[in-house]
Amino acid sequence: MRRLIPAILLTFFSGVGGAMEADIQEWETESGSRVLFVERHELPIIDIRLAFDAGSARDDGQAGLARMTSNLLLEGTSDRNAGEIAREFERYGARASTDSGRDTGQVSVRALSEAERLDPVIDNMADVIAHADFPGHAVDRVRQQMLLGLQQAESSASSLAEKAFARAIYGDHPYASPPGGTLESVEAIDRQAVVDFHQRYYTASNATISIVGDLDRARAEEIAERLSAALPEGQPPASLPEVELPEAPQTVRIPFEAGQTHVIIGQPSVRQGSDAYYPLYLGNHILGGGGLTSILAERMREERGLSYSSSSRITSGARRGRFQMSTQVRNDALGEALGVMRDSLDELRDEGPSAERLDASKRNITGGFPLQLDSNRDLLGYVTSIGFHDLPHDYLQRFVDRIDSLGGDDVRSALQAHLDPARSVTVLVGPEATINGVE
Amino acid sequence: MTARNAIFALIPALMAAPVAAQSDSEVTEFTLDNGMQVLVREDHRAPVVVSQVWYRVGSSYEGRGNTGLSHLFEHMMFKGTEAYPEGEFSEIISREGGRLNAFTGRDFSAYFEIMAADRLPIALELEADRMANLQIDSEALATEREVVLEERRLRTEDRPEGRFGERYAAIANPGTGYAHPIIGWADDVAGLTVDDLEGWYQQWYTPSNATLVVAGDVEPEAVHALAREYFGDIPGREVPAVHDPENLDPPGERRLVYRDGQARVPQLRMGYEVPSFATADNSRDPYALLMLATILDGGDGARLSETLVRGSGVAAAAGAGYNPMVRLDGEFSLFGVPADGDVAAVEQALREEIRRLQRQPVSEEELERARSQLLADHLFELDSVFYQAMQLGMLETTGAGWETLDAFEQNVRALSAEDLQAAARRYLRPDMLTVGVMQPAEREDEA
Repeated sequence: MRRLIPAILLTFFSGVGGAMEADIQEWETESGSRVLFVERHELPIIDIRLAFDAGSARDDGQAGLARMTSNLLLEGTSDRNAGEIAREFERYGARASTDSGRDTGQVSVRALSEAERLDPVIDNMADVIAHADFPGHAVDRVRQQMLLGLQQAESSASSLAEKAFARAIYGDHPYASPPGGTLESVEAIDRQAVVDFHQRYYTASNATISIVGDLDRARAEEIAERLSAALPEGQPPASLPEVELPEAPQTVRIPFEAGQTHVIIGQPSVRQGSDAYYPLYLGNHILGGGGLTSILAERMREERGLSYSSSSRITSGARRGRFQMSTQVRNDALGEALGVMRDSLDELRDEGPSAERLDASKRNITGGFPLQLDSNRDLLGYVTSIGFHDLPHDYLQRFVDRIDSLGGDDVRSALQAHLDPARSVTVLVGPEATINGVE
Repeated sequence: MTARNAIFALIPALMAAPVAAQSDSEVTEFTLDNGMQVLVREDHRAPVVVSQVWYRVGSSYEGRGNTGLSHLFEHMMFKGTEAYPEGEFSEIISREGGRLNAFTGRDFSAYFEIMAADRLPIALELEADRMANLQIDSEALATEREVVLEERRLRTEDRPEGRFGERYAAIANPGTGYAHPIIGWADDVAGLTVDDLEGWYQQWYTPSNATLVVAGDVEPEAVHALAREYFGDIPGREVPAVHDPENLDPPGERRLVYRDGQARVPQLRMGYEVPSFATADNSRDPYALLMLATILDGGDGARLSETLVRGSGVAAAAGAGYNPMVRLDGEFSLFGVPADGDVAAVEQALREEIRRLQRQPVSEEELERARSQLLADHLFELDSVFYQAMQLGMLETTGAGWETLDAFEQNVRALSAEDLQAAARRYLRPDMLTVGVMQPAEREDEA
């Protein structure tokens, strides 16, 4: 028995305030950096991000090199040390940080827009990226921090599972390299390697600059020009190789004493810009990407109480991203959980989604459109991604339209074409007897 | 949103919880006839609304025997009513393009939806329905108990940091409701019954014990009308008086040495029991403590990074934090990870930093930098509609009151270097201190 909820009944919700449409302006700096800018004056804040094609995919055999370079960027210039640099941001209330993943290395700053506070922050940022100097003592310290982090991660089942999964699905591809490196590889990275990496990849022609916030176009141009000019011009790096798909199904077992076994099942997905991404995204939403109403959450959690968290996700990058189902279950229920997860995927792939599930997921994705860009921070991530992956400015709107146009058959064919059980990798992290007791 | 019922302890207790929105924050307050409080925070940047229903009940309202009850109950709030049987709440919100979740803290239980702004009535109707008409049956409880026990394994039992944190809290909060974990002790969770849950529902889930917080692209009067329409007819019951234990004062210095078979890296936690917004005799003291945490760890340029991480290099990481948004006394926290395993050296260095705060006033430059950081962070928080609503809910359910926001800037600006020194002397005392060390088991010799 369900009461009908009146869909839209309020005339007094006047719809004040425009939708946060991302009115993106784009240009290129003199030295060849792509700039994306969104003007937003509601809050007196400015976000700036420089994204370089300088992620772990560029480690070139020295796993952890991109991350170490990123971790060292704010650690010193020829005439200022890390503390002085940090305090020069903090004095004006600004927050500066660096970050790196598989595709990109990023430098971000959030600052107040008031000129007296913003100007010195931009000066500081330009100086740091132009003259990062990687002092030897800072290299030693950051290396030691990364090694401790890696040691700590050895006692985390989820981290062990994630690393094993990436290694298994990406094989020889640079994406297989763990962004944080390994104990052996990080130990071996020296200052010269960091200096060379920085010189090669942190260049103007390899940078996407995103600016969101309380400033006008002229000011944004000036800031972008300033930051870009601080970088050597450089060359964009060669394209990454294609990801080869795993040739056979594989199960990786990692012994770990715990009450639960961590499970990841999946394989490489598709790259950014692939047409198959849309039906795969929708299929994943139905399977395990849609929160509590998805198939995995219902069957694993609501119906059987097998796990707290059972979900799936799909990503895409400069090269193939990943599709993965993940859960953690008490050891004696591992066999049952694996059965439920695999059967759920097989069923969706063979039969396609029911009309109700298809409709519900489409409505969630399209109706949730405004939620995607409701903060300056979200906008910054969005435009960075658009710039880095060379996507159209109205990507989100197009995305929603594409999802809306899909039928159950589209989802089924995409799952059949791209999620081949013969290429599926399973990772199990749990007690030896448990993980050896299942297929 | 991958999982509902995110436990609130996950908000890093060790980070200085920045407080409050800017002083010209526009909050409108209403009270319905049945006692339900309604707070509206307008933010018209995007056509989005965040709706949160906060109940003044959380794990600190429990005792041994029923620990974990608030959290398990929060899970059961998704199990359906007569009008909307299990699963329908989530399905409706999802179909309308929304997201939903819930979380339990030591001082509150909260339920939220994030939706396109014109869908607010849907969220409110569903929340009102489960405030009054929840059905709790034993079968659903049996399944959900398993889910919660899995959650406990995931967050606590299978992680060295989780095992350490639980042991630390037990000795750092002697005799108060903060001593036990939010998710509860496993044996208590295993023993909770339908009657326990029914009782909790009757006792705490009533309009007079609830605050509706709505933030986003809405008009206050419209929200008021909707709140009246959906919640107005639910009868308000009287909520039992809460008798919170007084903290032992002073409890004396305590030390935990915990050896963990799976830990690879030693860790140190130190915590001083200090007042919160709600318990402070002098309303400026919490701000002084916030400033002290910022002086120590407002960023990479602050004292702990400068001295312990880069200077002596004794720590690979070190930090400080203080969250004044708690109902009972709070904690001024320090942590450190030794660079080469020497925990004692890190402890000495952290104690020395505390003594330094007590010995001499901070410099004008440091004071001004810390002030700038706190005020800027406080402004940056306005970028998140969700967090704006969270702050209001936390301030209300911890007894500080949402008006605390309005005084933030003025209080931060009013503090002098001498005020900070006085607060450090008054509160950061050994007899209020807990020291916790986690050692990898194979390093027993170094304890």
